[in-house]
Amino acid sequence: MSAISTTPVSPAEAASARRRSTIIVAACTVFGAVAQILIKVGMSPSHFVPTLLGLVANVPLFAGYAFYGLFTVAMVLALREGELSMLYPIIALTYVWVTLLSYWLLKETPNLYKNLGIVTIVVGVAVLGRGGRK
Amino acid sequence: MTPLLVRSMLMVFFASVVGSFGAVFLKLGAMRLTKSVLSFVNSRLILGVALYLGSSVIYALGLRGGPLSVLYPMVSLGYIWTLLWSKLFFNEALNRYKFAGLGLILVGVFLVGLGSGG
Repeated sequence: MSAISTTPVSPAEAASARRRSTIIVAACTVFGAVAQILIKVGMSPSHFVPTLLGLVANVPLFAGYAFYGLFTVAMVLALREGELSMLYPIIALTYVWVTLLSYWLLKETPNLYKNLGIVTIVVGVAVLGRGGRK
Repeated sequence: MTPLLVRSMLMVFFASVVGSFGAVFLKLGAMRLTKSVLSFVNSRLILGVALYLGSSVIYALGLRGGPLSVLYPMVSLGYIWTLLWSKLFFNEALNRYKFAGLGLILVGVFLVGLGSGG
């Protein structure tokens, strides 16, 4: 906790803190994607039982929201020192992981639009990351 | 354009604005964090999370009422608002890398939306 809480003093430290926050968010988009997949599984007819007991026993749904919580905490920690204009667009990496995880785990059929889309997002995030170093 | 589509478009538009303010309040709350874990319980962070949750509910309702190929590009509006607010409220420097990166991300999100069934 205290490692993340240090307040930067010099411009060089501020720059390295910004870089660190960019990496935190980029890495944590995996949590956001896992959350979406788990919630999708939890809401599917085979898991979703619309009774109180059924909801409480819905492990994928709860796990999904827990991952969302984890992602939000990471995002907030990153936002302490990082720029909103840099970190917010990076969340789009979630689409990349969701698409890949859906291919792999949910056996969704890949298609050209999705593939082009995720490549474009990755290139966009890379270009954005360059801007953060200036 | 059917009335249902217009309603859906308005809802998605509204959701994108609400969500972008969620991001602004998360940033405001994050700037108030101290070394104490308890500092996570602050009004700005709570409002930020509430706006996010609210916007995702409005999105979900709005996206049911029309083709994703029309509504998905509107989801991307949230990125544009957030860029605007980060300049306006936090005076963050915008440069051509940020604009180009965001442009590519918007195209990518649009393509993924298109591929997810229009």
